Amino acid sequence: MTTPTSPPAGAVDYSTKIPNNINLADDSRVLKALEQWHPGYIDWWMTMGPEGFQTSDVYLRTAISIDPKGWAKFDYVKMPEYRWGILLAPQDESRLVNFGASKGEKAWQEVPGEHRAALRRLVVIQGDTEPASVEQQRHLGTTAPSLYDMRNLFQVNVEEGRHLWAMVYLLHKYFGKDGREEADGLLQRRSGDADKPRMLGAFNETTPDWLSFFMFTFFTDRDGKMQLESLAQSGFDPMSRTCRFMLTEEAHHMFVGETGVSRAIERTCEAMKGAGIEDPYDINKVRALGVIDLPTIQKKANLHFSLSLDLFGSEISTNAANFYNGGLKGRYMETKIEDDHALTNAKYPVLKFVDGQIRMVEEPALTALNMRLRDDYVKDCQGGVNRWNKVIEKAGIKFALTLPSVAFHRHIGEFKDVKVSPDGKLLSETDWAKLRDQWIPSIDDGAFIESLMQPCWDRGKYAGWISAPKVGIDNKGGDFEYVKIHRA
Amino acid sequence: MTISASTAPKKQHLIDPEICIRCNTCEATCPVGAVTHDDTNYVVDVEKCNYCMDCISPCPTGSIDNWRTVAPGRVYSLQEQLGWTELPKQEELSEADTAAMEALEAEVGALLADAHKGSGGKAVAPASAAKPSVNLFSRAKPLTAVVQGNFRITAASSESDIRHIVLGYGDQQFPVLEGQSIGVVLPGVRADGKPHDIRLYSIASARDGEKRNGNNLSLTIKRSAGGVGSNYMCELKVGDKINITGPFGSTFLMPNDINANIIMICTGTGSAPFRAFTERRRRAMEGAGGKLVMYFGARTPEELPYFGPLQKVPQSLLEKHLVYSRLPGQPKEYVQDRMRKHGPALTKLLRDGGTHVFICGLRGMEAGVDEALSDICRAAGLDWNALKPDMRSSGRYHVETY
Repeated sequence: MTTPTSPPAGAVDYSTKIPNNINLADDSRVLKALEQWHPGYIDWWMTMGPEGFQTSDVYLRTAISIDPKGWAKFDYVKMPEYRWGILLAPQDESRLVNFGASKGEKAWQEVPGEHRAALRRLVVIQGDTEPASVEQQRHLGTTAPSLYDMRNLFQVNVEEGRHLWAMVYLLHKYFGKDGREEADGLLQRRSGDADKPRMLGAFNETTPDWLSFFMFTFFTDRDGKMQLESLAQSGFDPMSRTCRFMLTEEAHHMFVGETGVSRAIERTCEAMKGAGIEDPYDINKVRALGVIDLPTIQKKANLHFSLSLDLFGSEISTNAANFYNGGLKGRYMETKIEDDHALTNAKYPVLKFVDGQIRMVEEPALTALNMRLRDDYVKDCQGGVNRWNKVIEKAGIKFALTLPSVAFHRHIGEFKDVKVSPDGKLLSETDWAKLRDQWIPSIDDGAFIESLMQPCWDRGKYAGWISAPKVGIDNKGGDFEYVKIHRA
Repeated sequence: MTISASTAPKKQHLIDPEICIRCNTCEATCPVGAVTHDDTNYVVDVEKCNYCMDCISPCPTGSIDNWRTVAPGRVYSLQEQLGWTELPKQEELSEADTAAMEALEAEVGALLADAHKGSGGKAVAPASAAKPSVNLFSRAKPLTAVVQGNFRITAASSESDIRHIVLGYGDQQFPVLEGQSIGVVLPGVRADGKPHDIRLYSIASARDGEKRNGNNLSLTIKRSAGGVGSNYMCELKVGDKINITGPFGSTFLMPNDINANIIMICTGTGSAPFRAFTERRRRAMEGAGGKLVMYFGARTPEELPYFGPLQKVPQSLLEKHLVYSRLPGQPKEYVQDRMRKHGPALTKLLRDGGTHVFICGLRGMEAGVDEALSDICRAAGLDWNALKPDMRSSGRYHVETY
């Protein structure tokens, strides 16, 4: 028997079936558990992953090291052969628990017994979203507006797959038999399935077209970013390190969403200018140009923003308070906030539905943590919307996209039982039914967008409804063959 | 030419606000806290950035990889950058600043200025060339590379010992473009006790490495009798460590346009950049519309570097004209002689606004080639004296001789 030698710090060990930077070769129990989980994962990927492109060569980035200079290596890969691995940010020996009742203790390398159930739940909820989005997006390849976009979709998909691995590793390593069962459960639930749906609402919605995909990666993956960032604050160090590395990958998903929507907007504005159309609300004329009119883009944003807000849970939550107090899940950028990091007496303003009115109410900051994270999220979204508006402004068109009120079209929390317009006014059920189609994509809107979803797979070419990107991936030129399709 | 630190222009690292999505990855990655942000922009503090490049590869958008050369006292402050909605254009620099721009290290700048003077005016990069990184490593802060190979590429029987040397840089970042050079810091000191001058060598491999994604590069080096630099290089063994500087050069660069015709005229080790150009075309520009035409001179086939491998390069990728001046029983033929024979074909290319001419090799070849081009043009009713400056100022005429 030979003793496996440890790879240098930061380097990824590819000698095991599962690439990793955590000396998996020395941890035979977890290695074996993951190797047993692996075939089920591949089965899942083959049946629920991108449909029709499993044999294509895709120009993907793969992490070969967690060192900033080495982790993004690009090459052609067939997706089922992607090296999904377990990658954690480097361990900082001096790291402490930075908030909650245990603030100041050394960060935990093992799960504290009293927090076991709560932590497992956090890991499972996060883990469940990762395969869900791959399932939601599996049919999109066939209507890709370019090879560049197709490649970006698949990069997002394989990285969501890797994020599932990241969570499954935590389950296998730290949660024993329960963890193994939960890991299997992650492969059994299916997005939108009536009997075994995914755990969170937005992850059971369909992603019918590419504009939805871009909106999803902009709005819904951004919820993922916020959740990962606050989990990266965790006192449970393996969770923190896992999430920190995931965040670097998540940034690519934000990029795909923001630039995807931006390019659709740019193309619409360009077509309008070319045809001399000044009025953005002259929808039929704009649509006749084969581009998506700005009011419809606004409707898509309304829909995906509101669905994503539901992911933050109830505004007032004792679970959130317990997670914080227990040192399990912090605030966004916790260590950059200057306060006592305990929130014992602090207050936080929360938008609530009280006495038939929508108004701000001061609540204990501890129970208002979901609200706080959601506020940080809205601010982050607003930045992107502002950049979209710059594109419209630059084209000289009088139109601005806005984020709807957080009370608009909600299914969870304070506003789930009331109807509210995008500008925050209460509505009767009858008025809502009448006006709904002005704010949320109608069946006709969906059919129109679908009619534009024609594949465009020539190198360097883009479908008529979307502009070319400003820069390619990995400094590649405009006509680079990002996907070699090889279809029969 | 000497440029002191205080008067030399600076390469300033900037983030493109039109492409950046404000994901915070760069700020989280930067080991020296040089990246910061407000509600609108992410920006880089020029005082803190140490060019470590850690932030470049994790950036999902490419917005991070932007550089402006700025004159002393004209660096962009954080306040200015925070107010931007788009990147400023590269400002015109003064003559003195421009002279120092190709390489911010004075000594190397002087070497390059000298090498490029044969073009007869201010060198301009091809319009379609990628943005080069320059001066990431200096004599004071060199990059330690490891020798991965050292192969003789001229026949063992010939007097001319030319080496193909491969240097790897592990997980360190050393982004290069075809046409750039690197410096070598020689160990030891000169007889007068001062350090040896930096030796400058053209890169012979494509931007993605001698081996694709191998994080390495290759050089073509001829041993010259008694030469300290060339003998040091030619004696290197696999595994040896060597200190390099650069990359250098921001004008003698390969056009990225696939429709660009490139006429490459060289002798001896001057073929190095053209090996890089050809490899780049082969790897990344399959089916390119533009032609690659090479006039390559040597005394004999045995002394022509890469003679064997060159035979395998298909004519469809590279139109090769190998010219020998010392074939037994044959009259001497130089590159300019062969070019004269191809007058109509060359003038057809020269009339095309997408054609670039690159000359690299011994200084002695310059005059002959220039005369040949002049004669070829005259015969076709073209005025080389007018065409040359026009090509030069549009980045289509390049000379690097030594």
